[in-house]
Amino acid sequence: MKAFIKENLQPAFRLLLIMTLICGLGYTLLVTGMGQLFFYQQANGSIVTVSAADGSKKNVGSQLLGQPFTESQYLIGRPVGTASQLSPVGKEQEDLVAQRVAFFKALDPTNQQAIPMDLVTQSGSGVDPEISLEAAQYQVARIAKERQISQEAVEKVIQDHTSGKLFGTIGESRVNVLGVNIALDELE
Amino acid sequence: MSAILINQLLFLVVLIGLGIPLGFYTYQVMSGKHVWTSAFLAPLEKMIYRLLGKQAKVEMNAKKYTFSVLAFSFLSFIAVMFFMLLQGYFPGNPNGAEGTSLSLAFNTAISFVTNTNWQAYAGETTLSPLTQMLALTVQNFVSAGVGIAVLFALLRGFISKNSRNLGNFWQDLTRAVLYVLLPLSLVIALILVSQGVVQSFGGAVETYLLETGEKVLVPLGTAASQIAIKQLGTNGGGYFGANSAFPFENPTVFSNFVENIAILIIPVALIVSFGLFVKEMKQGRTILIVSFILLVLALIGVTMSEYYMAPHFTDVLANGNLEGKEVRFGIGWSSLWAVSTTAASNGSVNAMMDSFTPLGGMIPMFLMQLGEIVFGGAGSGLYGMIAFVLLTVFIAGLLVGRTPEYLGKKIEPFDMKMVCLVILTPPILTLVGSMIFTLHPDSAAWLGNSGAHGFSEMLYNFSSLANNNGSAFAGMETNTTFLNVLGGCIMLLVRFIPMTAILFLGENLGKKKMVAVSEGTLSTTNGTFTFMLLGVILLIGALSFLPVMGLGPIADFFIHS
Repeated sequence: MKAFIKENLQPAFRLLLIMTLICGLGYTLLVTGMGQLFFYQQANGSIVTVSAADGSKKNVGSQLLGQPFTESQYLIGRPVGTASQLSPVGKEQEDLVAQRVAFFKALDPTNQQAIPMDLVTQSGSGVDPEISLEAAQYQVARIAKERQISQEAVEKVIQDHTSGKLFGTIGESRVNVLGVNIALDELE
Repeated sequence: MSAILINQLLFLVVLIGLGIPLGFYTYQVMSGKHVWTSAFLAPLEKMIYRLLGKQAKVEMNAKKYTFSVLAFSFLSFIAVMFFMLLQGYFPGNPNGAEGTSLSLAFNTAISFVTNTNWQAYAGETTLSPLTQMLALTVQNFVSAGVGIAVLFALLRGFISKNSRNLGNFWQDLTRAVLYVLLPLSLVIALILVSQGVVQSFGGAVETYLLETGEKVLVPLGTAASQIAIKQLGTNGGGYFGANSAFPFENPTVFSNFVENIAILIIPVALIVSFGLFVKEMKQGRTILIVSFILLVLALIGVTMSEYYMAPHFTDVLANGNLEGKEVRFGIGWSSLWAVSTTAASNGSVNAMMDSFTPLGGMIPMFLMQLGEIVFGGAGSGLYGMIAFVLLTVFIAGLLVGRTPEYLGKKIEPFDMKMVCLVILTPPILTLVGSMIFTLHPDSAAWLGNSGAHGFSEMLYNFSSLANNNGSAFAGMETNTTFLNVLGGCIMLLVRFIPMTAILFLGENLGKKKMVAVSEGTLSTTNGTFTFMLLGVILLIGALSFLPVMGLGPIADFFIHS
């Protein structure tokens, strides 16, 4: 028994301790140090700040995290909440989608277009910060009318917050909802 | 659809392009050769061996190697338990996380030590940054390192003659972590931070919602460093509850690309290293081809199902199933990830598996049920695959009436017993686990969906636990004492029974002499053998799981179509 401890547990304990120092402490500190030094904004949550009328600054959220919008003068993103776990073909899901469709229809009864899928389905994180370009365009007329500005002005803002595709092919064109809404508020 | 295919093809090309050179490098590292990183790392390595003392130099047979693995894993288990239960008393806890329940600590400790990374908790609320860093990040490194070490112990059995020596576990583990995992993680972590993955010791940031002004706390943490190794080491345990779907873990298409490469690159590289190690590149090629065929078939299946089998809702523009998926990843990157993470025993998710279409969710489940051998976990995937190769050699040998041989070694009854332990442990534990869960009176209440989809949830989760994958159909309530204990035991058995069998297989092979290649030797590199191996893998998987699949995803598919 004593030999077993000496031959197996003792080196195991020492190596675990060494690995904890190297991989747990050293490595994490190194990445944190370099991250804070070179990528300060990204490493600390990509927080977006806006200046109020009196000059004070306020954190309104992270550029990377979606937040709820319900009023019709805002670009509305995907449903916010916990991650979706529903079967896409189940009854629970069908009812929820119908509710969300009804919400958009009630917000803008004149809009007869079909609603893009991403607006009425829950994302994997529950805080998807983006919507598809189609989903943004679907809402242009409503936002313009509500804010009494031209549709072109709204489209311009959306365009400014659309990410292109990586290398021209990878991924889909997407719109950052929070970015658009901050810019829309600043227009006035 | 065509854009999706081009992207996925591009991904596979980059994967092979990076995997092959890494395979050469890993081979040199694990054979104890001098590599270009030795300039920085050799002094550190020497110092570690000095601290370990005499044991770092001895030759180990299977028994000794197994004891070393078990001793190290046991102490790792104790260390994780220690941090989880007592984190409330330690510093590095800006959000005031308290010690977890005993059953959760038990489950999580086993989960991380066995390279499963099943998570019954949400990291951002349940764990302190100190726990994530000193307990979980460390296990991400060393559990992957243990897998790689055991793989090379087995391979030494193939190349040695009349010897019981499998190498030295402490050296193997040290070299795998120090030379392979650590430098790669560092590079990947920095790329991830540049994309917006958080890496900070600060507590949550106060923000005020734009529309309502309501106060919301944005969680930070040392995520990038942990995520880099969670992908590379085929671990998969997220820093945040929503795993790699959460924007702070995976913010952009580029970060997604890098993380997805990281999931598969070590298993791909190890197959190349295997070919080099046994001095027959063609043997590695056979395994690489079979793995790629299975991966691509699965990828096509999942992508098609998510794209074409999505539900249609009234007044909604139909363009695939986006429930549970992030807009930045869409159908293409989500499907690719789902296939990669279940092929490679990673278990992280960038879209919610529970919300895949019935067939789109069945394919990842089947990839796990094949025993995590299609690339599989770091090290463990390849030694599982080699067990399947030996089984195929054995069956083929019986069919044509030749003595089964592989890599110049005769395959005899003891070897086949060990192979059976490796191959049969996971399916047995999957099915027995599912059965015990189903018999529990409260089981229906723990499921997140009703009907056949609920059954799929349970089956998926036990397939994940009993193959050390760790991904979940997460609608199911997982943090219950019953499931924590049952799942913990399953993960423990399925990691260490096959691992021990592999080490004894290695020793037994090493004791034998080499058989010269002759006319009568069955080729294990030609098309016939490749096809036969593919057949054996699919047959074992299908025989084990087709009936139970019929109750879950297949029923789900027919009910809703």
